[in-house]
Amino acid sequence: MTTKPSREAKRMGDAGGGLALFAIAYLLFLYVPVLFLPLFSFNDSIFVSFPLQGFTTKWYEQMFADEDMLKALIASLQVGGVVAIASTILGLLGAKAVTRYRMPGQGAVTGLIMLPLFIPEIILGISLLILVNALDIPLSLITVAIGHIMLCTPFAMAVLTSRLDGFDRSLEEASMDLGETPWMTFWRVTFPLAAPGIVSSLLLAFIVSFDEFLLSFFLQGRQPTLPVYIWSQLRFPSKLPSVLSLGAIILITSCVLVFFAEWVRQLGTTGDRKVGVA
Amino acid sequence: MADYIIRIENVTKQFAGGAKAVDGVSVNIERGEFFSLLGPSGCGKTTLLRMIAGFEFPSEGEIFIDGQASSLIPSYKRPTNMVFQSYAIFPHLNVFDNIAYGLRKEGLPGKELNRRVEESLAMIKLTGFGKRRGDQLSGGQRQRVALARALVKRPKVLLLDEPLGALDKKLREEMQIELRQLQKSVGITFVFVTHDQEEALSMSDRIAVMSKGDVLQIAGPKELYEAPNCIEVASFIGNINLINATVKGVNGGEIALEGPGFGSFGAPSIEGVKAGDKIVAAIRPEKLSLTAQKPTSGAFVEGMIKASAYLGDRSHHQVFVKGRDEAVSVAAQNMEREMSADFDASKPVYVTWDPKSLILLKS
Repeated sequence: MTTKPSREAKRMGDAGGGLALFAIAYLLFLYVPVLFLPLFSFNDSIFVSFPLQGFTTKWYEQMFADEDMLKALIASLQVGGVVAIASTILGLLGAKAVTRYRMPGQGAVTGLIMLPLFIPEIILGISLLILVNALDIPLSLITVAIGHIMLCTPFAMAVLTSRLDGFDRSLEEASMDLGETPWMTFWRVTFPLAAPGIVSSLLLAFIVSFDEFLLSFFLQGRQPTLPVYIWSQLRFPSKLPSVLSLGAIILITSCVLVFFAEWVRQLGTTGDRKVGVA
Repeated sequence: MADYIIRIENVTKQFAGGAKAVDGVSVNIERGEFFSLLGPSGCGKTTLLRMIAGFEFPSEGEIFIDGQASSLIPSYKRPTNMVFQSYAIFPHLNVFDNIAYGLRKEGLPGKELNRRVEESLAMIKLTGFGKRRGDQLSGGQRQRVALARALVKRPKVLLLDEPLGALDKKLREEMQIELRQLQKSVGITFVFVTHDQEEALSMSDRIAVMSKGDVLQIAGPKELYEAPNCIEVASFIGNINLINATVKGVNGGEIALEGPGFGSFGAPSIEGVKAGDKIVAAIRPEKLSLTAQKPTSGAFVEGMIKASAYLGDRSHHQVFVKGRDEAVSVAAQNMEREMSADFDASKPVYVTWDPKSLILLKS
């Protein structure tokens, strides 16, 4: 036991230089392209190219003056909000069923719920479009939201399943043993214990919906969502810089939300683990 | 007729696609009794307890709790409360709220609720711990909180699912005594599940020994130990030497037996045996004695000591007897303060016994 850490450290030391270099190169590859967004959003030129021309905030002003863009932003926020809530509720019900009951065909059911994660979105998009047309449902933000719920529910369920799996099943039994109905047991025990998972599921579903392009493109009506709107603006060079500034804002907000969601989730699990071991 | 608080009648539990966890079991538990379900893991004891609690429902048969048929009554409507093996202390609530959990549901006025919870805290000697969270308690304290949370509801029956299994030996022994005293003072029926036979013997009024979904014997601790009704019970409770014997003759209250290594020996007769029957004669290690001098009378057999273990208060000897595959276990009390070795392993020893100590079992 005592010799192990030092040996570990030595091995790390030998390969350390090469590994560190690889890690840095990898992170650069991931994030440098993304960092161009905030960089050029402050560049005083219509053309996105080096050398930089000087600092400006006018693209941000232009962005906030662009009514269509703001409408698209609001549409995306609305869809994201509805999708986050709906898919988290569905995910919670699914997770509860999978973790608490023995059902025939449980594996198959779980697989089917998770499947949208693995089907190419373009296929999901086209098939949903065909279905919606066949049913004569007019395309609108509602159809976009329905598509997104289909896509986000597996994410929500994955997060919540691991959360519900993580706590002792006999806690719920203890509640019922002490006289609470299954419904009140859910509110007094399951829900508070699952809360960190619920928060991270809400955030995750919201972000997936907010960023989503393909399904929105196929299923939208007159009002585009933000990613679709941005894509449509790329044809006009003069609009590009304000798209960059919007992109920068979204990027930073997304990062903050993801870190927050992960932090909440960790907070919950470490707290529980302590209880479990003690 | 005795006053039974729980009557389990021909209960079978078959899980989907699995074997029968409990197979046609009937048990009656008296009001105010400390009753244990004892058996190795997988014998169905926990399933039976969970059916009394209402977490599982019988596939066949019926469970009556205080006279009421309970198969269709969910756990939250039963007059039973449970202490879980994992204790199941709610991690998001403090000790006070854990104990008050079931009372809040009853809608007690605040004052009454406070009084009941404080009373329970005093009972488990954790006064002043109300504000602590579950993860700030030791294993023994968590166990007490689980106990208080169940008892504060004043159940007709308290169910305990191996509640002492996670505690270390010393704490476990203390809790055994405490639990027993508590049960006597509150007068509530306890149904206690355990795989630890010593625990069951020391605490229970009566014990049901279970194996593979069946109840083998229901009896008090002494009867289970001294008069087991089958080989399985005899070997599960304590240690025992088994001698596969043949009945040579029956003579009034005596029968003559013959077994490998033991030759011919006598035993008090039991009902329904006749010459030629195969039978198992069993005897506990502490009912056997060892001596270096060849006895001049009484029942004895000659052997060589194969191994000895000194345990302080007593010693265990394994004695090899010619003609018998298994060594004979002898447990001897170390009554005298003696530093030298008990026996010379190179010389023969003699195992003696009182024929009345033999337990005869049908094989």
